[in-house]
Amino acid sequence: MIVADQKPIEEILQMVEPYRRVLFLGCQSCVAVCMAGGEKEVGLLAAAVRLARKQQGRPIEITEGAVKRQCDDEFNEPWRKTIEQQEAVLSLACGVGVNKLSERFDLPILPALNTKFFGEVERQGIWTEVCAGCGNCILHLTGGICPIARCAKNLLNGPCGGVRADGTCEVSQNGPHPCAWVMIYERLGRLNQRKNIENLFAAKDWSSGRHGGPRRRIREDMLLEG
Amino acid sequence: MTDVKKMDNSEPKIIAFCCHYCAFAAADLAGTLRLKYPPNVHIIRLPCTGKLDALYLLKAFEAGADGVFVAGCLEGSCHFISGNLRAKKRVRSIQGLLEKLGIGKERLEFFNLSSAQGDRFAQIAREMTERIKKLGSLGVNLSPNPSPKEGRELPPFPSGKGPGVRSVEKEQL
Amino acid sequence: MAPAIESNLKRALKSKKFVVTAECGPPKSADRKVIEEKARLFKDWVDAANVTDNQTAVTRMSSLAACGILVSLGLDPVFQLTCRDRNRIALQSDILGAYALGIRNVLCLTGDHQSFGNHPQAKGVFDLDSVHLIETVRQMRDQGRFLSGDELVGERPAMFIGAVENPFAPPYEFRALRLKKKVEAGAEFIQTQIVYNISRFQEFIARAGDLGLLERVYILAGVSPIKTPGAAKYMRDNVPGLDVPNAIVSRMEAAGKGIEDKKARAEAWRQEGIKICVELIQQLREIKGVAGVHIMAIEWEEAVPEIVQKAGLKIQ
Repeated sequence: MIVADQKPIEEILQMVEPYRRVLFLGCQSCVAVCMAGGEKEVGLLAAAVRLARKQQGRPIEITEGAVKRQCDDEFNEPWRKTIEQQEAVLSLACGVGVNKLSERFDLPILPALNTKFFGEVERQGIWTEVCAGCGNCILHLTGGICPIARCAKNLLNGPCGGVRADGTCEVSQNGPHPCAWVMIYERLGRLNQRKNIENLFAAKDWSSGRHGGPRRRIREDMLLEG
Repeated sequence: MTDVKKMDNSEPKIIAFCCHYCAFAAADLAGTLRLKYPPNVHIIRLPCTGKLDALYLLKAFEAGADGVFVAGCLEGSCHFISGNLRAKKRVRSIQGLLEKLGIGKERLEFFNLSSAQGDRFAQIAREMTERIKKLGSLGVNLSPNPSPKEGRELPPFPSGKGPGVRSVEKEQL
Repeated sequence: MAPAIESNLKRALKSKKFVVTAECGPPKSADRKVIEEKARLFKDWVDAANVTDNQTAVTRMSSLAACGILVSLGLDPVFQLTCRDRNRIALQSDILGAYALGIRNVLCLTGDHQSFGNHPQAKGVFDLDSVHLIETVRQMRDQGRFLSGDELVGERPAMFIGAVENPFAPPYEFRALRLKKKVEAGAEFIQTQIVYNISRFQEFIARAGDLGLLERVYILAGVSPIKTPGAAKYMRDNVPGLDVPNAIVSRMEAAGKGIEDKKARAEAWRQEGIKICVELIQQLREIKGVAGVHIMAIEWEEAVPEIVQKAGLKIQ
């Protein structure tokens, strides 16, 4: 799922500052799961912004809602009438939702979230990055543990020398995390596949990833007429 | 959503979210013992403070509360094991938010007490009332949709009648 | 025509002498005199001098430029090249340029993550990892091919290829195997992370021996003189991948005990730090398979001549 953080309230207040009638639109998929932009978070944020604006003496009229998935016209279109009555929309979806609404509706679409990564639910309240969307998956060779996403240096022949004694990565600005290559080494041991990392992994072709430019997936057989 | 009508502008309205097993029972006991505490405090009974959604706290302020407190069982004695621990986390989180909104974290507080502590409940109620009196009225009085087009008549803030809220006998100050 | 420049490091290692290399940190400025001064310090005492590449992700004068200056002063530099700041296009380009400047040794590293340095917002490149880089240099040198497969027409960069390995970071059993990967990729000499724990290091060497590596690669053990007990503690507690036994920390502390005068105490610490370093070198010299030492006297390059002298090492 896509994992995002809510922007600091000060930044959000600054974004909605010029507007008096705004729709706060959340999404009930990924961002609801990571508790950043679901229906609940929309309610909380709307109450907070109303309180703050009332304190400032500049009340704001907020319409609250959430769609199933904001990345799809199908779910956004029913909100057209409401959206056209607003001065702006504060989207609590991931960046995709903001982009999507911006394609279809001619008014400012503001991002309430900072979209971060593809991640898993470690447990309630903790979400971790595990996939980098590199476009060329080698997880069958590394025991299902991604060295591109989970190694700070994207090593393919790791680990580097910076592994702490407890097996965590020396790069800890986002909090301590286990060294991906220690994990790969241990898992391949359990799967009896250590041979995989005794040979050299070739240099990566990054052109299938973000570095090759914005990507598109097309299924010709699924395209409809018209 | 309800609207708080202030009887008198200088009297702050305080909403107390109390868990049934401890805080509410303590409040009840305070009433039985005829202990004095200010009428400013309006109690909302929850089965457990763990039921508390952070949104209730903001809605309380939107409804016109000048102060809010959440009261649950002593740590380790929660009837539902850890509801009070979760509620405390949510209160702390909203306290942080209130600071950033310019409302101030002192207007929200979390207390632990046992069902036998009627006196403690009265003390808490007095403490919060004093604190909020010093801070003054919040001056926020919001209906969910400030647009007059809605034309919805909102019921007054419950004074003790209605399901789930028992009136607590208390002395007038 | 001037005689072709040869790698002095390679020659010294081949001659089976116990080799000494040291590390030279470039300045955080454009002042070449800093390099010139360090060259003067090292010249008669080391077989080759490494120049670090924006070490700990702090911007300094480029290793390539500083190595070029060392060549002009008659030293044999080891060009440290990391994967953090350059993609494969730039890395291959720098190899060609380095060779053209007379640089003959290259040390291929992954590089410290940018979050450790003074530009933590920078984009870390890491297009290749150190193993890829080793392979790339070897391919350019031996097959005359770039990583793209294109033919390298003309003079090839006949570099002496080095790499690093850290025997003291987990997974410990894998480190010798990783060294093997680097040797297979083309590494001809290795400089290890700083050694303070001799027995641990011996285990690593033994494992490398089991894999048949000691006949295929020259291993230089990293050493570093400690300046103060505080520095020893910092390395023990805060630097991942460093194993500093408590005995060494205690020795440093004991050395300064009872000395009131700050200057005298600092000097006592320094002397002990050098003493420990010299002892380690002498112990390392006894281990079969260790071809030399790499002295990392960070911000204390002046200590290098004293260490080399006291350890009884000579250069040819």
